Amino acid sequence: MKNSNMKVLMNGLVKENPTFVLILGMCPTLATTSSAINGMSMGLATLFVLVGSNMAISLLKNIIPDQVRIPAYVVVIATFVSVVEMTMQAYLPALYDSLGIFIPLIVVNCIVLGRAEAFAAKNTVFSSFLDGLGMGLGFTFALTLLGTIRELLGTGKMFTATIFPEHYGMLIFVLAPGAFIALGYLIAVINKLKKA
Amino acid sequence: MTYILIFISAVFVNNIVLSQFLGICPFLGVSKKIETALGMSGAVAFVMTIATIFTYIIQKTVLDPFHIEFLQTITYILIIAALVQLVEIIMKKISPALYQALGVFLPLITTNCTILGVALLVIKKDFNLLESVVFAISTAIGFGLALILFAGIREQLSMVKLPKGMEGTSISLLTAGLLAMAFMGFAGIV
Repeated sequence: MKNSNMKVLMNGLVKENPTFVLILGMCPTLATTSSAINGMSMGLATLFVLVGSNMAISLLKNIIPDQVRIPAYVVVIATFVSVVEMTMQAYLPALYDSLGIFIPLIVVNCIVLGRAEAFAAKNTVFSSFLDGLGMGLGFTFALTLLGTIRELLGTGKMFTATIFPEHYGMLIFVLAPGAFIALGYLIAVINKLKKA
Repeated sequence: MTYILIFISAVFVNNIVLSQFLGICPFLGVSKKIETALGMSGAVAFVMTIATIFTYIIQKTVLDPFHIEFLQTITYILIIAALVQLVEIIMKKISPALYQALGVFLPLITTNCTILGVALLVIKKDFNLLESVVFAISTAIGFGLALILFAGIREQLSMVKLPKGMEGTSISLLTAGLLAMAFMGFAGIV
């Protein structure tokens, strides 16, 4: 793989990680990370939408008039979200129920529209694909990490495998306040690591 | 009685920001000052109520009878985007004073997930039209309450010396966590 392509891919994963650096898409990050599996599935659903919409928009960029580009992007994104929604409802009904309203809400996730506007509208199909993949993987990584931490601290499990007995867990980390606190400390640690 | 229950549940028990995690972006973004927090809450309340009424009517008169519920997401987001534009134009013409106060927040609202979230929730919860309106208004009040409380705390927080890595988003999230813990005290009322 060419050096510049690698750079585009790694950009979303590390340098401009959507969750830890750009602080975008906070709603699903906080809401769906009560367990590692949920966080990872939400990340993968967003990854699919990101890659799909980035490629479609990059293909259509010369056809879409500049004045109506935002509504046009939103329709493209909403189409991919509907595809994910229906596929999940058909094949993974349990996961669909536990993620609930946050699947359709991928439409208003700032990362997706942000990448469409900032990257896909200006670049080739292949590099848009890589950008979507990198950003999506960065988002998935962040959500999985947060989900793992919360699940471990809250219930003593890691990807549903027991690490320590459940009654030693701090239930608060699975509940709403724990999401804010865990992410707050995680961002503080990453800020510290970035400076070092 | 149902309406009072919906109100208390939406404002305190299931607060949209602190227990449902919707609208975190504006919650973190425009909560540095109480004034901007008030403006944003006003704009959200306004758009949320109108958007919920419109999407509800479209759902019941177009999507359900023709069995095209799978178009829900696309339809709703288009209605909301168009509505925000419309509100902006009308407000500019009719009440420039209101536009001055809320105008800058309106474009941000299209991508505010609370609006789409509430529109989807009222369908999921199977509310009738009046219940939906009450739910939308109560949710907006809950959003405003969380935003204004948080802005008040952040105004004080800006004067405190913090460790390097904790500045900005990190300390905001921790504060929000404590606020969410306080709101957990309301659990069980309804």
